[in-house]
Amino acid sequence: MEIVQDTISWLLILGGAAFLLIGGLGLVRLPDFYTRIHAAGITDTMASELLLVALMVQAGFSLVTVKLIIIGLFLFFTSPTATHAVANAAFVAGLKPYFAPKPSAPAQEKTSEEKAGEEKIGEEKGVAGAPSGPVVQAEKGAESSN
Amino acid sequence: MLHIISLSAGLFGLWLLLSGIFKPLIIFFGVVSVLLVVWLARRMDLVDHEAVPVQLTGGILGYWIWLAKEIAVANYAVARVILDPKLPISPVMVRVKATQKTDVGRVIHANSITLTPGTVSVELEGDEILVHALTQELADGTMEGSIDRRVTAVEGRG
Repeated sequence: MEIVQDTISWLLILGGAAFLLIGGLGLVRLPDFYTRIHAAGITDTMASELLLVALMVQAGFSLVTVKLIIIGLFLFFTSPTATHAVANAAFVAGLKPYFAPKPSAPAQEKTSEEKAGEEKIGEEKGVAGAPSGPVVQAEKGAESSN
Repeated sequence: MLHIISLSAGLFGLWLLLSGIFKPLIIFFGVVSVLLVVWLARRMDLVDHEAVPVQLTGGILGYWIWLAKEIAVANYAVARVILDPKLPISPVMVRVKATQKTDVGRVIHANSITLTPGTVSVELEGDEILVHALTQELADGTMEGSIDRRVTAVEGRG
């Protein structure tokens, strides 16, 4: 019985750790602030909940499990609220999101050169967006994407 | 009155579970704390359908289970995008209609969108939510409106 419990929680911990790693990798790879939020979302949801469930399996039926469930619920409510607050603050401050340039060719057929160029643009925008953009500009960007 | 009773019961249950010590003195302290908190919350005019949304208890559990499944699926999709060597992202901003009648319903809707990786609700104004999505497919998934329908259904039960 103990070995089953340990195996399950080990698998869950490894899964959670893998998603943490993917989230971190996404933070590095993705081009701008808004897309990086999505990578952070992976660590917020999947990774932390998997680790919590793994700990619940270890704890078995006890008050510790109940506390872990309460922590899980707490994260479930607070992490999207915090994410929304950060994203909303960036948007109101006028940070414009990065949109992939679409010259008729589908996104899959990018050469590595093009991609490197894009990433550079994204980085520039990420840094330079804040001072230049009043909300009106950001709104326009949002409209044109629809 | 219903809100006060359910708030007291919830707080007292939380106290018992978090303390784990079932001695009369400790339980007495718990009762006093709960009464103090409820009294303060009433003075601050916080005890209403927003702070204590008892009207949602019927459907919210089923909704959470469905949402957990959606989160897992979206996590897998976003993880694949990040691990793809070509990094096939196509970020878009879309406006999603929120058909909820109450503020609580709209907040649940916006929070659910944010919880699902790949989509973040950037702004909530009136009955529209501005959503930033990592790829066009994820945006289409949100635009399709299954979250909206389910939240409205949960809200409608109350």
